[in-house]
Amino acid sequence: MNQANFAATLLAPNLPCPAGLRAWNGSDPTVRLAVYRNNVVSSLIDAVADTFPVTQELVGEAFFRAMASVFVRQHPPRSRVLAHYGGAFADFVDGFEPARSVPYLADVARLERARVFAYHAADADPLTAERLGVAMSSGEDLDALRWVCHPSTSVVVSRHAIVSLWAAHQVNGDLSAVDPALPESALVVRSGLDVLVLRLAGGAARFVIALQTGAELADASALAADEAADFDLPNVLALLMGHGALISVQFPGSRSQ
Amino acid sequence: MSTLRTFLAPRATRAVPAVRRVHTRSGLIARAGVGLKPEHFRDVLETRPDIGFFEVHAENYMVDGGPYHHFLGRIREHYPLSLHGVGLSIGGEDPLDEAHLDRLAALIKRYQPACFSEHLAWSSHGEVFLNDLLPVPYDRATLDRVCEHVDRVQERLQRQMLLENPSTYLEFEASTMDEAAFLTEVIHRTGCGLLLDVNNVHVSCVNHGRDALVFIDNLPLTTVGEIHLAGFATDRDAAGAPLLIDSHGAPVDDVVWGLYAAVLARTGPMPTLLERDNDVPSLAALIAESQRAEDLMPAPAEPKLCSIYGPRS
Repeated sequence: MNQANFAATLLAPNLPCPAGLRAWNGSDPTVRLAVYRNNVVSSLIDAVADTFPVTQELVGEAFFRAMASVFVRQHPPRSRVLAHYGGAFADFVDGFEPARSVPYLADVARLERARVFAYHAADADPLTAERLGVAMSSGEDLDALRWVCHPSTSVVVSRHAIVSLWAAHQVNGDLSAVDPALPESALVVRSGLDVLVLRLAGGAARFVIALQTGAELADASALAADEAADFDLPNVLALLMGHGALISVQFPGSRSQ
Repeated sequence: MSTLRTFLAPRATRAVPAVRRVHTRSGLIARAGVGLKPEHFRDVLETRPDIGFFEVHAENYMVDGGPYHHFLGRIREHYPLSLHGVGLSIGGEDPLDEAHLDRLAALIKRYQPACFSEHLAWSSHGEVFLNDLLPVPYDRATLDRVCEHVDRVQERLQRQMLLENPSTYLEFEASTMDEAAFLTEVIHRTGCGLLLDVNNVHVSCVNHGRDALVFIDNLPLTTVGEIHLAGFATDRDAAGAPLLIDSHGAPVDDVVWGLYAAVLARTGPMPTLLERDNDVPSLAALIAESQRAEDLMPAPAEPKLCSIYGPRS
């Protein structure tokens, strides 16, 4: 018996009990090994369920746990910090054949994963109107500014109404007023201690993604306007600032404000 | 490392009377504490319960920022803290994860816990984290490896650690010594202390047909720095014998309270944690249960700090 064998056995219920194990009363050690097998798989399923509560509600607990049990065996954690676990879950759901009848499920999972990421992300003070004012009146080329998003920020773009679906489950889970086929994109950001989920119009989503990849203001705006002719830059900046999603402005040459 | 070993070794091996009044070698005071759960963060700050200490799982706080650090920082201003690791895999065949040790060192620097503890168990193999406390054979090769790992932890963290006795469900044909002898040897060789989990004693002794009081009397009780209490679930093995499972999801069983009193009679008052990780009740209910532990402590509630065993720089 070595730990490689033991570990493999824990994740594969059909493998036989490794040699070298015993019980004081001579009973079959397989039953005792099952305690460890169950601890490992159940605790990991619980961890997945904690991160994806709405995904679970959408398909029901029994279906979800069965799906998660396949996931945890195929994708056991690579980190000893379980807060980081589940990053591969949405892609797994995308390819999970029995879940194909719920086409929005994977994107809702992406939204929920973004929420956990935001919850534990680094702290950073939001950009204040005062600091922004200093930047604006600096005489620098405003088009060349880079706006830095809060470390908790994610954008989840979907062909489905993921924000409405998620929001309905924060109340009573009544989906009768939701048309899942309407595309929605979500901005997920932590403001203070609270993780916010905000609906972004198509252009705005493209804009924030561009900011996150380091685009200058003019380039990010152009990308957003390409996607949505009605892209409204002042409105989007006000939304981002109002929820603490921007933390600084960088001038060319990396001076920060 | 040699300096640390020299410093610690004489204390670990000295003879001490069976019943003693001088207690805590961990730096915690000899009172009851409870595990700090996120659902109780606000309640703790609003009600500021009179409790000896809070304990947290180190890995839960290995995140960059957000509410966990916000609340732990504020709660730490008012309470002593015990940092309890569940992911170091001290019993693992792999070398210790140095990045994980770095994360522990950073947490210790930030929160200045009174003590740090980990388990006689493994939880990772290769790249995979199995999220459970898995058993080790009690043989010479494992003993040497565990001692090396404990030495390295104490060297990196620059402090004594407490090693917790495990709940186990299986034994190994390769074992050449019993659990008490194994723990005693690790403690004597490394100078670490013992985190005596009384529920684990009961669970393992029932699961392996041992006498819990004999097991306790074979442990180096003078090195106990903290006690854990928790609840278990009951199953059956293939022969129909009881198989107890360390669930942390139920109140402490009366049998375990009885064992705890027997331990206290031997050690004197000890910092005692009430562990609850599943089906977590209200903060008030947890604290009421922990009060029972404090009521069982034989000495008057004059807390003593044992500074010589506390964190060292």
